[in-house]
Amino acid sequence: MNSLPKIETKNLSFYYGSKQALKNINIVCADRRVTAIIGPSGCGKSTFIRTLNRMNDVIAGARVEGEILIDGVNINSPAVDVVGLRKHVGMVFQKPNPFPKSIFDNVAYGLRINNGRNRAKIEEVVEKSLIEAALWDEVKDRLKENAFALSGGQQQRLCIARALAVEPEVILFDEPCSAIDPIATAKIEDLIMKVKKDYTVVIVTHNMQQAARVSDFTAFMMLGDLIEFDKTERIFTNPANKLTEDYITGRFG
Amino acid sequence: MKKKKIIQFLGFMLLRFCLYTVLAILLLFLYDIGKKGGGAISWEFLSQPPRRGMTQGGIFPAIMGTFLVTIVTAVLAIPLGMFAAIYLNEYAKQTRLTRIIRLSIRNLSGVPSIVYGLFGVILFVNILKFGTSILSAGLTLGLLTLPWTITASEEALKTIPNSYREGSLALGATKWQSIRTNVLPYAIPGMLTGTVLGLARAAGETAPILFTGAAFYLPYLPKSLSDQFMALPYHLYILATQHHAIQQVRPLAYGTALVLIVLVLGLNMTAIVIRYRMRRKRRW
Repeated sequence: MNSLPKIETKNLSFYYGSKQALKNINIVCADRRVTAIIGPSGCGKSTFIRTLNRMNDVIAGARVEGEILIDGVNINSPAVDVVGLRKHVGMVFQKPNPFPKSIFDNVAYGLRINNGRNRAKIEEVVEKSLIEAALWDEVKDRLKENAFALSGGQQQRLCIARALAVEPEVILFDEPCSAIDPIATAKIEDLIMKVKKDYTVVIVTHNMQQAARVSDFTAFMMLGDLIEFDKTERIFTNPANKLTEDYITGRFG
Repeated sequence: MKKKKIIQFLGFMLLRFCLYTVLAILLLFLYDIGKKGGGAISWEFLSQPPRRGMTQGGIFPAIMGTFLVTIVTAVLAIPLGMFAAIYLNEYAKQTRLTRIIRLSIRNLSGVPSIVYGLFGVILFVNILKFGTSILSAGLTLGLLTLPWTITASEEALKTIPNSYREGSLALGATKWQSIRTNVLPYAIPGMLTGTVLGLARAAGETAPILFTGAAFYLPYLPKSLSDQFMALPYHLYILATQHHAIQQVRPLAYGTALVLIVLVLGLNMTAIVIRYRMRRKRRW
């Protein structure tokens, strides 16, 4: 299970105005492994994952303290270009958010904005990404159809394909299954376990079974604090902290 | 229980009565103008200049004048209004200052049009020395239209879900790329709808063009932007109130009113068609 660190946060704190949402978080996400973040609603898990690709930048009054290192580089340093960062750190959102374009154009979007003009190359990457996202067989004959014609689960896999198409190194999943049914959820979990051989995955979930199934490491957060962080196996079988145990056994949540 | 039902019935009746009253007034108005103006409409009326002290002939120069001045208005108001709205909604931080700016813009749409007219005289005719011309009048109407364009454009931008913006930013788009490729294409029909409604309103205005470029009578068409022009609303005003042979020109006045109304309704219909098509296309 040993692996190099890909993402490392050092005393990471985050504020919405005067409200502190993250308190001194220290987490190491291993390269090509799945790290799950669990915890009750409002514990800061979504805030945490959104600091990793600086999606919180757009929020007025938001402030970051501490360091987030990806491949050893502090992503909040002025030298880092946030646009470049987001190409390396892709994100899949809670609600499937396909763009109102064709299935093909959705997946091609990231390539086109990054000046991919070569039609053949785009077609190749779109096909590869859709295959990776286990959606190709369902959509290969209807690539020109509007993405809204897909079911919720298909839409979410389309969003995953769209993220994969720009060839990121890290993919952040922010509760990717909370808006879709159990069968579609199972497909997405399979997908996450498959892509982790090539990508570093961080997934926020409020579904503990999901964390247990897909992740190698699990972080348990509560009210902005990181309570416990360990191998998933250990968190779910022999947690060190009483709070963690209470949460995973369903005593609160 | 019975009492409740009676109250509900009376309530509905009252609401229905109000609607029918408004509708009746509008229809009566259109019917009256249609009936009295319809007789004046002919190919000659639409294609000839006025003759014999406006007692005969047509209104072609006024139609052209209104058309040209509306184009100048559009050229100013559409890009300026849309870009201002993009800035306000997408780029500006939502602070007290932007709230004041937004409120001021809303208030500007309530300023009486004669005030715009006088402002236009000072700014465009006197200070910028555009003279009384199509340019001055068009720009004045442009200013009048701007608050409508900005407000409508901002509302259109607000209907675009934030997930489109976040989705493209997360793929490594710059803010402008995200707006250009993933917000504007879906907002533009809505922006245009509001803008066209604003233009329709401007096309029917008299006060702003009164001192800035509209002419009482011109036997020829304007040749450049710095010429004066005849305009439908102003022509109507003259025929209806300023002409000495008031009985003789009355049918022409009704004809002019009909043409103006058809023009404005036509623009409004365009807006409605754009909006209808957009609603059918969008799926969020």
